[in-house]
Amino acid sequence: MKNERKRTFLLITIPILALFICFNTIPLIRGVYYSFTNFKGFGKYDMVGFRNYLDLFTDARVLKSYWFTFKLAVVSTIIVNVISMLMALALNSKIRAKSFFRGAYFLPNILGALVVGYIFNYFFTYIIPALADMVGIEALGSSILSNPDTAWIGIVIVCAWQAIAMNTIIYISGLQTVPEDVYEAGGIDGATGFKKFWHLTFPLIFPFFTINMVLCIKNFLMVFDQIMALTKGGPAQSTESISYLIYNNGMSGGQFGFQSANAVVFFIVIVIISTAQMKISGKKEEQL
Amino acid sequence: MRKRETNWPVMVFLILGLSTIVFPLYMTIVIAFKQPSEMSNTISGILSLPKTWSFDNFREAMKVTDFWRSLGNSLLITIVTVVLSVLIHSLMGYALGRNKKHSKFYNFVYLFIVSGMFVPFAILMMPLAKQTAEMGLANWFGVILLYVVFYMPMNVLLYSGYLVNIPFALEEAAKVDGASTWRTYWKIIFPIMKPMHATVAVLTALAVWNDVMTPLVIMAGSSQNTLPLAQLNFQSQFGTNYNLAFASYLLSLIPILIFYLVCQRQILNGVVNGAVK
Repeated sequence: MKNERKRTFLLITIPILALFICFNTIPLIRGVYYSFTNFKGFGKYDMVGFRNYLDLFTDARVLKSYWFTFKLAVVSTIIVNVISMLMALALNSKIRAKSFFRGAYFLPNILGALVVGYIFNYFFTYIIPALADMVGIEALGSSILSNPDTAWIGIVIVCAWQAIAMNTIIYISGLQTVPEDVYEAGGIDGATGFKKFWHLTFPLIFPFFTINMVLCIKNFLMVFDQIMALTKGGPAQSTESISYLIYNNGMSGGQFGFQSANAVVFFIVIVIISTAQMKISGKKEEQL
Repeated sequence: MRKRETNWPVMVFLILGLSTIVFPLYMTIVIAFKQPSEMSNTISGILSLPKTWSFDNFREAMKVTDFWRSLGNSLLITIVTVVLSVLIHSLMGYALGRNKKHSKFYNFVYLFIVSGMFVPFAILMMPLAKQTAEMGLANWFGVILLYVVFYMPMNVLLYSGYLVNIPFALEEAAKVDGASTWRTYWKIIFPIMKPMHATVAVLTALAVWNDVMTPLVIMAGSSQNTLPLAQLNFQSQFGTNYNLAFASYLLSLIPILIFYLVCQRQILNGVVNGAVK
């Protein structure tokens, strides 16, 4: 009886684990291996030791992509969380047609990021400049995507448009866990408006804030579709995200080995950020 | 009694805010129906409705992007991935969830698989492109296999988390009746996990349906497209005919919009469950 159970569990676990190792662990190890070679993606190659890694830190294009990706991630995360929190408070207040509004505001999130990117690309390129011309705002007279200084803002807007939908829904489910009587007690103490939110609501939904931070940072650091649809890394390589650079130069640019090293560093960065985030938020939650 | 009051300032804010979602969709529909000659640079020209509601753009876009085949590929990949995920990931979640507490081996396997969540696709992409080509898997089937592996960490975490709430006693009772572990799983545990199946199905379906990178990297040489991939690959053929391009974009959004209208409640629940747990 006991053995039958044990055997069944092993028969389930081993094949699925093998599948996982075959398409996750082995490619990961191969990726690390290639990062120590000068492989171009085809033909012969040699081991080059840590040269790729040393070159990474002096490669202007790689450094630029890290700067861009982190700038995008941090700015988007802040914007998205502030707006989502406001939206969630509004959608959780005493309004009519609540489920209609919630459904409508979630809509952007289910749409494919690539197609959304293409649609916004057209808006940034044609519609907004036309409208700006009409109203007389010269700063917006030409596409923000064609200027190396402003193109990243366009990407932030498109990323935020979709991410706000997601984070709002999570904040709403957080707000629903706050019991009514907390507010009533707060009301008696004279807490109102922002004070009430900051001292009563926010600490109670802190776990949901953590979830949103983790979701945001991770998704934005891996941004790819939006770049593909909006700028293809341009203008002047000002919007190359790390994933995009690895894809572009690694898959077809003859830098298989070098970009593998980049990917390994990127992997380590993601692991560090994720564990740090979990440690910090875990501690905060304990305090509460 | 206070509950009936409506907060009107918030209502106004929400109605105005809705324009950030309605406006892009409205523009997409309008542009998709217009003819190139109707496009102009004046505000009224941009916002106006098309002169005629003709489906010519859509017919042309379907031809250019081989719409039905791309749609078929997307449906095939999504449905097979979701079915396999629910079957395989729930089994794995069960095996690991039930054993990780008292077995070092299962606990290690559990942590090993769940930590796969930290592995960005960027590092797997180049080796996988090579590996799938070597194994003859540079096609839709390879893409499905990869999805089953990529979403395993998340889904195993969800399933084994859900199992904590299902008492052992249920299985014990079945065991007394002489049912095997395998049978007990499919007869008792699998049906009980239904709410989690819904969550996993929704999350996996949305992620797979909208994914671009995996098919882009793996199926590049197979002349097969998924719906989003077709938009990327035929981008150059639209040229400056934005009306054609928008008709194509709209076509690619319609299936998921229908899905959302029909299963909105399940989708919202699924997304929240998946994120919160």
